[in-house]
Amino acid sequence: MRIVLVDQKGVEQALEAAEGWRVMEIIREHGFEVGGLCGGACACATCHVEVHAEWAGKLHPANDDEEAMLDEVPVLSPTSRLSCQIIYTEDLNGLAVKLVANG
Amino acid sequence: MTQETISTDVVIIGAGPCGLFAVFELGLLDMKCHLIDILDRSGGQCAELYPEKPIYDIPGLPVVSGQELTDRLMEQAAPFKPEFHYNEMVEELEKLPDGRWRVKTDGGLVFEAKVVVIAAGGGSFQPKKPPIPGIEAYEGKSVFYAVKRMETFRGKNILISGGGDSALDWTINLQPVAASMQLIHRRDGFRAAPDSVKKMHALVDEKKMQFHLGQITALHGDNGQLEGVTVKGNDGNDFQLECDTLLPFFGLTMKLGPIANWGLNLHENLIPVDTEKFQTNVPGIFAIGDINTYPGKLKLILSGFHEAALMAQAAFRHANPDAKLTFQYTTSSTSLQKKLGVA
Repeated sequence: MRIVLVDQKGVEQALEAAEGWRVMEIIREHGFEVGGLCGGACACATCHVEVHAEWAGKLHPANDDEEAMLDEVPVLSPTSRLSCQIIYTEDLNGLAVKLVANG
Repeated sequence: MTQETISTDVVIIGAGPCGLFAVFELGLLDMKCHLIDILDRSGGQCAELYPEKPIYDIPGLPVVSGQELTDRLMEQAAPFKPEFHYNEMVEELEKLPDGRWRVKTDGGLVFEAKVVVIAAGGGSFQPKKPPIPGIEAYEGKSVFYAVKRMETFRGKNILISGGGDSALDWTINLQPVAASMQLIHRRDGFRAAPDSVKKMHALVDEKKMQFHLGQITALHGDNGQLEGVTVKGNDGNDFQLECDTLLPFFGLTMKLGPIANWGLNLHENLIPVDTEKFQTNVPGIFAIGDINTYPGKLKLILSGFHEAALMAQAAFRHANPDAKLTFQYTTSSTSLQKKLGVA
């Protein structure tokens, strides 16, 4: 099972993913700079990613807490999410997300 | 203005949980501490990022909020009378001929200390800057990330961007002194006190200000003087707003800041230390908590506490090379209990 990550330089790579992990943790575990300053508590917005349009609709919608933290991202795309709030499951095999510079 | 130099045993940079516990451990060894923090209160990330979120991995406290943990650590440090210097960022660190350290802040405070402890977590909390092309040219002239004096904004045509308490509070507070006030946010939902949101909507109803939905994508102006902005509306169409002052409020982020200029070895924005003394590559400068790194490092508050205890022993020996240091327990030592004010 994998996620597909486009890093800040625009390079695409497949990352081994494990069920039950937060996407933020998967990205970080592979050595990419994803922020995650608050440790996945939905309290800092530094793990902001843009989800590929094809996948955006397949994720559970952001809850109020996540929406509130997304308010702290100065430039959002319509598919912006906090990667700490996406828990990886089998259904998400191939999930494509893009890392963006976060403040 | 020349400030009196503050002479002390230890300057601790950062008043988060590790800095606060270091006061306790150093205090048991009779070392007096001054703490410097860029925030306006103690607690660091615990107070700024998650004051209300529960923490489950503090030994002995099955669940505690960031604020409550901060309050408890403040209470635990209190017998040692630490002195706090808030809203200050340490800018310079310089070695004195006698082996002590001179520490200078951006607010002009000067300290001389035998030991410096860097407990700065992820670095200094600084306002998030929107990545709008060319915004730097306007910063400090017509784009501001904080309000220091309201008078600065009298008679201005102000645009505030954001949806948190800072954005809402300053919209309401500056509206009476501004020539015009506009607020822009990406959605009609706010992470702010409901009362503030109500007040803002009331001002809109009274035609005293405008509220727009969308995101700023470009700034227009000349020589740092803003004249207007382009906004991408939520329907995907661009529109223009006129304003001469922009206040973006997107919360705080952490930057390593001036620490990078102090001649310390750094590894990916972290300070390598040894695990005996938690000392940096520079003798007399220690680093504890999230800011340090060593093989096996875990960014846990409890690890920072352990680091503080070992660091304190080493800091004492550094400051008092000829003194004998006898390790004592607070449970049995009358002398330690006297220091704590319980014996």
